Amino acid sequence: MHSTRQPLRRPLAAVSSLGLILALGACGGGGDSAASTPGVTADSILVGTHQPLTGPAAAGYSTISPATKAYFDYVNSKGGVHGRKITYKVEDDGYNPATTQTVVRELVLKDKVFAIVNGLGTPTHTGVLDFLKTNKVPDLFVASGSRSWNQPEKYPTTFGFQADYTTEAKVQATYIEQNLPDEKVCFLGQDDDFGQDTLRGLTQILGEDGVAERQTYVTSNTNVAPQIGKLKAAGCEVVALATVPGFTALAVGTAARLEFAPQWISTSVGADYSTVAGALGDAAPLLEGFLSTNYLPSQFDDANPWVSLFKQINTDFNDDAPFTGNTVYGMTVGYLFVQALQQNGKELTRDSLLETIEDGGLDGPGLTALRFSADDHSGYGGAQMAKVTGSSQDYFGPVYTTDDGDTPVTEYTGEPTVPPTDGIPAA
Amino acid sequence: MLDRLARHRLARHLLIAVVAGAGLVALTYALPPFRNYQLATMAAYLCATAGLTVLVGLSGQLSLGHGALMATGAYACALTSAELGDAGVTAPLLLLGPLVAAIVAAAVVGGVVGLAGARLHGPYLAGLTLTLTIVVPAITTTFADQLGGDQGLSVLVEPAPAGLGIAFPLERWQAWIACTAALLTMLLLANLTGSRFGRELRAVRDDEVAARLAGIDVGRTKVVVFVVSAAAAGLGGGILAVLTQSVSPGAFSLAFSLFLLMAVVIGGTGSLAGAVWGALLLVALPELTALLSDNLATSPRLAERLDGNLSLLVFGLVLIVVTIVLPTGLQGLFSSAAGRLRRPSRPSPVDLTHQPTTDTEPTDAQHTSTP
Repeated sequence: MHSTRQPLRRPLAAVSSLGLILALGACGGGGDSAASTPGVTADSILVGTHQPLTGPAAAGYSTISPATKAYFDYVNSKGGVHGRKITYKVEDDGYNPATTQTVVRELVLKDKVFAIVNGLGTPTHTGVLDFLKTNKVPDLFVASGSRSWNQPEKYPTTFGFQADYTTEAKVQATYIEQNLPDEKVCFLGQDDDFGQDTLRGLTQILGEDGVAERQTYVTSNTNVAPQIGKLKAAGCEVVALATVPGFTALAVGTAARLEFAPQWISTSVGADYSTVAGALGDAAPLLEGFLSTNYLPSQFDDANPWVSLFKQINTDFNDDAPFTGNTVYGMTVGYLFVQALQQNGKELTRDSLLETIEDGGLDGPGLTALRFSADDHSGYGGAQMAKVTGSSQDYFGPVYTTDDGDTPVTEYTGEPTVPPTDGIPAA
Repeated sequence: MLDRLARHRLARHLLIAVVAGAGLVALTYALPPFRNYQLATMAAYLCATAGLTVLVGLSGQLSLGHGALMATGAYACALTSAELGDAGVTAPLLLLGPLVAAIVAAAVVGGVVGLAGARLHGPYLAGLTLTLTIVVPAITTTFADQLGGDQGLSVLVEPAPAGLGIAFPLERWQAWIACTAALLTMLLLANLTGSRFGRELRAVRDDEVAARLAGIDVGRTKVVVFVVSAAAAGLGGGILAVLTQSVSPGAFSLAFSLFLLMAVVIGGTGSLAGAVWGALLLVALPELTALLSDNLATSPRLAERLDGNLSLLVFGLVLIVVTIVLPTGLQGLFSSAAGRLRRPSRPSPVDLTHQPTTDTEPTDAQHTSTP
């Protein structure tokens, strides 16, 4: 009897000590009553996000969440929203989908955030859609232009924010059709929905034969010489890019080394002048004439009241960090979230906030209107062309509006929005 | 006589597994969802570290490719679940089918590598398996249409069975699945290493010529243990895919394969109980270092830089310290501490951690440091 009990003691001790360790660790997490809304108290709201603070997409994008946080700090300094101060918990996922899985679970299950706001990246965020849906977590303003965020039937809690890549690409293709009609158009894109959605928009306007050579890259391999070499060999004159900023710089730099100088035309996510020029360093003049689309005001447009508001907040609440397109982007996200909270009113639940957003009252600094409704969860619905001249990136031509489907590209007729006087959206 | 002893061992291992299983079920009720998720992740890692510790510690073959074998299992699981989902198959086959596919796929890859590996020694085998790890991202990119490139694939997972109640958390259900897999793996490996085959493994590890003279088929033994170890890793990968409802190459980087080996060494090479400590470390260390960097870093920018890199540094330091101070790993430390506490006593009884060939255990550490 004794001899059979003895050997059991150690594994049992191991299991129980393990239990103790885990349970001790669990105590830090704390518990909340089932009735209350996770992450919301009478005077605070906790929201979280996953961002590439390190890794292949960190260039530029790592400055988005500090800008969003700066806007929240600005609002908090004025008393918060309905008496609640916003805490923004940023987790680094290194643009690695596997890490995103872990950090988002940590935010939702351990930190019990009220919502995920502006989780960044197509490959990264795609993997957590099901998890967020299962846990009924509002998944607001995803930082990516993939069409996946606009599936209200399948993912009722997920909302986009950016003009989707297909919309941006259709605006680019319209520009190419009108201004570069006889040029050979080619494509370099990320090997995921980001690239595919962009290509889809291009071919919708230019036709399947309209995009001659198509190349893809993966962020885990920083050598794009083979792809650029093929584009050069194919005699491309216009290269449409669906690249993150680091790879925009790589593509432009590699092409220069191969003595290949096509007309570049890029989606907004890979075209922020400050970021790409910063990555290129001394080679920044290569960007002269670089075309892109955008749906938010230009950082260089000092006359725009939104830009001056954001610049002021950047000085006061973001350590006067370099003011770039990413700053405008991050603060716009902050503004939209605060606007949603304001319009929702004091009684805040996850469901009530989703309903508020679906009511379609949000606007913000975008060049066109947001498309939110019960059966549309896509973000801004149009874009304008921009061109690099010297060290400025100025917008030109009309603002176009369209969608990710068959709707033709038309000029936007709405009026530009103006920020509220104190910079905080009305309730 | 031998036969009776063997049966005796099986009964004892079964008993331990049942008790541990009951303890784990109780634990999953005590833990909040995120801790259950971590427990499940740990169990998935345990499948792989247990297989690896048997391979490295008992057969003396060094593998840097277990991350790739886990990836094989994870992708097999994802592809099979998509096929079964399309065919309208539901639980429990939708869960078990992909996991079996994960085991089979990894075992096949392990068999091929093992066949080549049986002819290689030390650094050459390490090199071969290293290649396996490096080639994973390239394969997923090349066959992006099937494997989804960097973005990876999503895995169809059904919620916990309705019989458990609507409010039953998914994470607890996942922890049950993962812990069942880990317990089964541990049970099988414990029996295998305690059997005649286990003694053959040690004989091959200690001296191949002597083993051959004793009538042991060295090549066959090496290949079989590689297949078993790969199958365990495949199961771990499959479980991981089920847990995260997705699979992407970023989860099985070279660093991860090295982490697996480090975890095995820190836990105690060749010891199944050590594999538990290793798996615990794999889950706990990144979180502890994140906590550390949050508290250490004075500026957000410094925290940003530390966040991704500190765990690598800490893991490395722990490995160096453990190798120097505790050549038999954490489990060696616990065993000797337990031994001191129990003294004076009769000869140490045979159990999961102390195989009959206790006297060969100190050589485990020497063996892993020499290749």
